[in-house]
Parts: sequence; structure tokens; C-alpha cells
Amino acid sequence: MLSSLPDSGPLLELRDVTKVYGHGDAEVHALAGVSLTIGHGELVAVVGSSGSGKSTCMNVVGCLDRPSSGSYSFRGVDVGSLDLDQLALLRRHYIGFVFQGFNLLARTTALENVELPLVYRRVPAAERRRQALATLHAVGLEGREHHTPSELSGGQQQRVAIARAIVTNPSLVLADEPTGNLDTARKEEIMRLLTDLNATRGITVVMVTHEADIARWARRIVQFKDGMVESDTTNDSTAA
Amino acid sequence: MWLATLLMALREVRRNVMRSVLTTLGIVIGVGSVIAMVTLGQSATARVTGDIAALGQNMLIVLPGADRRGPVSTNAAAFKLDDVRSIEKELTGIAAVAATATKGELVVYGNANYSTIAYGTTNEFFQVRSLKVTRGREFTDAELAGGTPACILGETVRRQLFASQESLDATIRVGLVACRVVGLLEAKGQNTFGQDQDDFLVMPLPTVQRRLAGNGDIGMIFVSVAEEQAIARTKARMEGLLRERRRIVPGQKDDFTVQDTKEIAKTVGSVTGVLTALLGAVAAVSLLVGGIGIMNIMLVSVTERTREIGIRLAIGALADEVLLQFLVEAVLLCMLGGAIGVTLGLGGSWLATRALSMPFAVQPTVVIGAFVFSAAIGIAFGYLPARKAARLNPIEALRHE
Repeated sequence: MLSSLPDSGPLLELRDVTKVYGHGDAEVHALAGVSLTIGHGELVAVVGSSGSGKSTCMNVVGCLDRPSSGSYSFRGVDVGSLDLDQLALLRRHYIGFVFQGFNLLARTTALENVELPLVYRRVPAAERRRQALATLHAVGLEGREHHTPSELSGGQQQRVAIARAIVTNPSLVLADEPTGNLDTARKEEIMRLLTDLNATRGITVVMVTHEADIARWARRIVQFKDGMVESDTTNDSTAA
Repeated sequence: MWLATLLMALREVRRNVMRSVLTTLGIVIGVGSVIAMVTLGQSATARVTGDIAALGQNMLIVLPGADRRGPVSTNAAAFKLDDVRSIEKELTGIAAVAATATKGELVVYGNANYSTIAYGTTNEFFQVRSLKVTRGREFTDAELAGGTPACILGETVRRQLFASQESLDATIRVGLVACRVVGLLEAKGQNTFGQDQDDFLVMPLPTVQRRLAGNGDIGMIFVSVAEEQAIARTKARMEGLLRERRRIVPGQKDDFTVQDTKEIAKTVGSVTGVLTALLGAVAAVSLLVGGIGIMNIMLVSVTERTREIGIRLAIGALADEVLLQFLVEAVLLCMLGGAIGVTLGLGGSWLATRALSMPFAVQPTVVIGAFVFSAAIGIAFGYLPARKAARLNPIEALRHE
């Protein structure tokens, strides 16, 4: 049932979400009542200092974690009521992740890395290969399919990671500091790729960053502070 | 999914060839030694029971003196020819009876001499002891009745006296008696206990009794029972008959012994069987140690690959799928080790049986058993690390450095 959810209404909706770690005196309120709605096809930047709760919020949005209180619905499903396996299935079918440290499987070729989400989706081998190759070409990595991460530059590795995130054609791509380890020229390449994917494929992209010039690429900027949304502004002068 | 998981596990094993080999070494040695020990044990048992069966088919051996182990002198009376006659007459289901009188003698031919045992007996002796006269002939009725000095030589005696010379129709001296060689026996070689089975010569019964021993005693009676199922019954009847003839009152112990070669084979077989089981058990301990080695490396592997597990969980792998992946990897390692171990164990024991000239008795159940057992070790010792991997929190796993 989790593989075919309706796409009417907003993509995701957080209502008074809190997240509390620890017990008693050691209690930490990572999220202190966050309400946020993101629609289909949006490109959102989430900014804030470290400890502002933006990472915790992204874990909840990415269905890696469940809220302590409040409600979170993703494509109309109440995530708070799902068990761990159902969360995993939700991630499998609708969410792609791009991490700061690339997080590719070492000593595994780019092609195999991109095929990995399709393996868990039970896509047959031939079809898996075809889709993975097409996606690698879409992110501009022709000729690098059989290279392992150690044989690729940082920018190329991040492209592989992006290909892995979008190969399943997800509703949402969560990018955690996608340009964190890259130089300025590579940063721009990656941001152009993400905005292109957002524009041409209609994939909703939510990226976490602490860099103002990266946030400028997004049309909407959500600022976190002390576990709450401090501001939620529309950016009319996107860098793209 | 299974195929994909298997391929994934195969790649993981190949990625760390050196580590995989070292990890499985424990299983290789464990399975190899279990297979080698059990196979060698089985081969030894087969050889021993084969040797005892070669003594004769369905044979009972009747000896004077109470049941004894080893060469203990006895003062029980020897049997007489009448005892043999009454066995032949009163017991049914008997194929052949061979009464024997034995005497150790020095045999001489030319300037060669050799000390051996002379069996005085009848032609039935060859039948019950499964001996074959390959050259020459058995004794004639006249020779048997008249106590003619004729003899049939075991291979060892022939070799000692004649080497490459013609022996048939030659005259040798047995003790003080000149004796014509009328036949030669087929060589049987050594038995498991290193005993030479060709070290004797055969003469007609009266010849040994009158000319060598100087009395009418019969030392040992070999009885061949017609049907295998009747052995126990015949043995009981024989004991009853002999107790009666030797006037042993009820409650008094027998002063003779009836041995059953099948029973001896069974006893010896059970002894070697126990030894086999013991050696196998010791070898199985090394298999267990090998399993612990697998668990150790798999635990290290899970820690080392925490980030990878985090990635898999984040992109939607279920906990069970991660568990399966690591379990399949452990089982694969164990089965690879098991396959190598089976090969080495069988190869090693084949060489050993060749060197010891034993039959190569492979039990397919043991081979399959060892293989299945190594897979089971993979599951048993792979489960803990696999569960550890499956229970990782994806957020923390991704943050792991």
C-alpha cells in the first residue's frame, strides 16, 4: 500500500512537531514545535546554525526518525503511526538522499552504487542496469560508470550520489550539505544539477546548508533557530 | 532478491580475498580434519572387519580351555576325533568341519630353514578358512587316511625355503619327517594387526598327530555354518553338545570356547568405531573454533561497514534484508570453507589410505553432514553479527566515522 500513495494535497506537512532526546534532567528538545508545509515540485533551502534543529527536522522529514509529538504526514500518510519497516518502505519508494560526505559504497563501481536502491525495489537486473546507466548519463557521468569512488573526484562522487538519489524517480530528494566538501566551481555545478532536476523532473528538493550563497539557489528559504522555524521566506532573486 | 543478496555477498567475499581466506581457514581445517578422521576411521574399520571375514565364511572356532584373551596356557583337555565326529553327526546346518592339530616345527630344504606352524587337518580346512590351492592339489583320501607325509605350503614358507626355485614335488623336512610338497596356497598377505597370514603349512591330520605331535589330540576345530542366520543357534547347540561330552555339570564353567568370527568382527569394529567417533569429536572442536573465528570477523566487519549499513537503511533496506545480507555472507564463507575442507580432507585421507594400503571408505553422509554442518555454523555464528547490523539506527550509522 505504501508503494502507490496519492499525490494530491501538499507533499509533506509538519504540525507542531517536537523531538525530545534523553530523559529527565538530560532531556534535550531538539525540535520545539515545528510547523512546515512543502508542496510538490518546490526547491527549499533549510538554513540555520548547528544545533538549530535543522538536521533533526530533516531526519524527521526524511522518515529516518519519528516525531516525539505533533503530526507529520507525507503524501497524506501519518508517519508517526508507522513502524520501522514501513518507514523504510516509504524511504524506498519516495525519498532520495544526498549526503554531505557522498556516502558511496567504497570499492563499488558508480553503476553498482546507483543500482543499489533499485535492488531493494526488486527491479530486475537488466532493467536496473538500463535505468542506472540512463541516470548516470543524466548527471553527466558518461564513461565513468565502472569507476570506483576512489577513482572519481569529489564533484563526480557527488554526482554519483545524486544519481543514486534520483534513479528511483522519488517525490522528494533530501540533500544534506550537498556542496559541503567541494570547491566553488564544483559547488555551482552541483547546484545547477539539483535545480535542473527540480525544474525538469519536478522532483521536490529540500537541501540543508549553512552557506548563504548556496541557499540563494532556492526559491524558498526556511531558517531554523533553537528548534523552531525562525523565518520562512520566498527568494525572488534565485541564483539560477 | 535472493540472487541479488547472494551476488552482493560474493562480491564482499571477493573484495577482501585475504581476509576471507584467513576467516575460513578455521572452517577449512575443522571440516578437513573431521572428514579425514572419520574417513580414516571408517577405512580402518572396513579393513579390520574385512580381515576377520577373510578368516572364513560364517565360521565358528572351537578351542579347548575357558574363554581367554591372549596366549594363556590352559590345562583343559584337548578334543579328540570322537568330538569332531559327534559334531558332524549331531549338529544340523553345518557346511564343513575341519579338525586341526598344530605343531610348531623347523622346516628345512637344502640349506634353507624356517620355523613355522604345521596344521594337521583335512581338505575341509581350505573351505572353512577360505584358502585356495593355486598350484598342485589338495590331499587325496589315501593321504588323509594313511597319514602320508605330504604338505601344502603357505606363500611365506615357500618363499623362505625355495625363493625362486620350483617347489612343487620337492621334498622338504618338517621336524624329523621328510615330506613331499603337493600344493601351494594363494598368498593372503598381512592382516591389520601385522600378522602374516601365509606363515604356515598344511599336512594331513594323522601325519601331524602321529609323526609330529605323537598323540591323538585335536587343538582347534573350525566349523563353517551353512546359513548366516543359523550361526548363533549352531553355536548354542555346539556348546550344549560339548558340555555333555566333556561332562560339565550345570553351574560349572565351560572348559572350552566357541568363537564366532562375526562376533569378533563386530567387537573389533565397535572398538574402531568408538575411536573414530572420538577422533571426529576432537576434530569437531576445531570446527567450533573455526565458527567462533567467523563470528569474530563478521563482528569486525559490521563495525567496519557501519556507514555502508547506514546508507542501505537510509535508501530503504528493511532490517531483515540487512540481516539476511550478513547472514548469507557468513554462510557463504562457511560453505566455501566447508567445500575446501571436504576436498582437503578427502584428498588427505585418500593419500593416507594409499600409504597404509587400506580400502578408501568414503561415507557420503559424512561429507554431506560436514558441509551442512559448516552452513549451520555460518547461520549460528553469523546471526549475532547480522542482528547487530540490522539493529543499527540509520541516523547514527550514517554519522559513524
